[in-house]
Amino acid sequence: MTNERPIRVLIAKPGLDGHDRGAKVVARALRDAGMEVIYTGIRQTPQMIAEAALQEDAQVVGLSILSGAHLELFPRVVEELRQRGVDDVLLFAGGIIPKEDITKVQEIGFQGVFGPGTNTNDIIEFVKSHAPVRA
Amino acid sequence: MAQQTALSAPELVDRIVAGERRALARAISLVEADTPTGREVQAALYPRTGHAQTIGITGSAGAGKSTLVGALAREERKRGRTVGIVAVDPSSPFSHGAILGDRIRMQDLTSDGGVFLRSMASRGNLGGLSETATGVIDVMDAAGFDVVIVETVGAGQDEVEVATAAGTTVLITNPGGGDEIQSMKAGLMEVAQILVVNKADLAGSDTAVTQLKALLAIADLGAWTPPILKATAKTGEGIPELVDAIDRHQEHLHSSEHAEDERRALSRKQIVALARASLHRQALEVAHGSGALDDLVSAVAARRRDPRSAAESLLEAVKREWAASE
Ligand SMILES: Nc1nc2c(ncn2[C@@H]2O[C@H](COP(=O)(O)OP(=O)(O)OP(=O)(O)O)[C@@H](O)[C@H]2O)c(=O)[nH]1
Ligand SMILES: [Mg+2]
Repeated sequence: MTNERPIRVLIAKPGLDGHDRGAKVVARALRDAGMEVIYTGIRQTPQMIAEAALQEDAQVVGLSILSGAHLELFPRVVEELRQRGVDDVLLFAGGIIPKEDITKVQEIGFQGVFGPGTNTNDIIEFVKSHAPVRA
Repeated sequence: MAQQTALSAPELVDRIVAGERRALARAISLVEADTPTGREVQAALYPRTGHAQTIGITGSAGAGKSTLVGALAREERKRGRTVGIVAVDPSSPFSHGAILGDRIRMQDLTSDGGVFLRSMASRGNLGGLSETATGVIDVMDAAGFDVVIVETVGAGQDEVEVATAAGTTVLITNPGGGDEIQSMKAGLMEVAQILVVNKADLAGSDTAVTQLKALLAIADLGAWTPPILKATAKTGEGIPELVDAIDRHQEHLHSSEHAEDERRALSRKQIVALARASLHRQALEVAHGSGALDDLVSAVAARRRDPRSAAESLLEAVKREWAASE
């Protein structure tokens, strides 16, 4: 009973663009910080992301988006999660999200929004301090 | 973010039995973390196990296990069976972090309501895979999946451990893995009930089959002789034949003639493996905690003592500690 449980984070790329370098950098940084990162790859639909988060019992879901479709896709991810009763995950987003959209993305439910050039240490800190505790 | 009120073990059990996938996901986490609730759930669900075909997929790194698990799951779905998958990935032992990437190759299965895929780090912990995998397989079995597939990293001990957790263990090798096959211990043959030469699209698969046959000839087999199959997991070729072979082995397990013996043999292996893992972990915890091990190490390294009597002393220290904590 001494297993210390690492934080489980799902990293996914919704939308149609195929560049996942940024997502992989974040995945590796979180792994090196001791987390278990489930990496699902590119072109994920909101349904796939929500279903994977459910099956993996992820505490945190991080989405990377470059296509500009965040205001269209993010609410659908939140809705799919809600439909599955996944109501206690921490959401964060990275990639290219224009400054004027940051507040909107936060209102959708993404507590953390990280633009290009973010120091991965900031993401690690954010996840560590905000990830929901699992009893 | 607020902490969700944790469900009790009986609540989790009810929801899992009712088919609630979120409860299943949560229970797997608790079993994996070996919490008291996790143990309670496992114990309560155990009488409901026994419905699923449990299949272990093992073999050396890069043999194509993940690809084959995906292909296998698709074939099982074609046959109308629901599938639970436990994909075990190596974790970097350094920080205990891990990147689990098996979902990438099974994306189509994520959208299939008849499939539940769970990724797991092997953690490199002392208890090893057997404790966790056995529990997670049981929970998926009790949740009602027709087939439960576990993929494990083929690192030595794990191959034996997965065999204790699954009803049918499939060992994956490759063409050109001749040296590897030669050096494989006959014991490994004895834990696998089906042998697959994957990547049969590459040259040399017939040679690999011949080598496996030779190894089987000297293995100590029981009533079941492992078939040797060729497959190309990447294209799905040979996978229907693999499912047929698994079905035949499962029939063998359940046939009136062998069922009782096989069930007892599997239960015995599971109990012994779990007890050994637990003993190992507890003993080392005591040994490290008390500093007894370090003292003995110094004595043996300086050749003031022999390792064998040092091991005995260590065991004595562990027993004293246990007696004191009672
Ligand atoms: N040519 C060929 N390549 C294959 C076949 N099956 C898998 N591979 C390739 O073999 C490589 C390893 O495949 P995986 O499925 O990741 O193998 P694995 O055994 O799960 O690997 P680890 O989990 O890392 O030990 C990948 O590049 C696959 O595309 C096959 O049937 N033929
Ligand atoms: Mg694999």
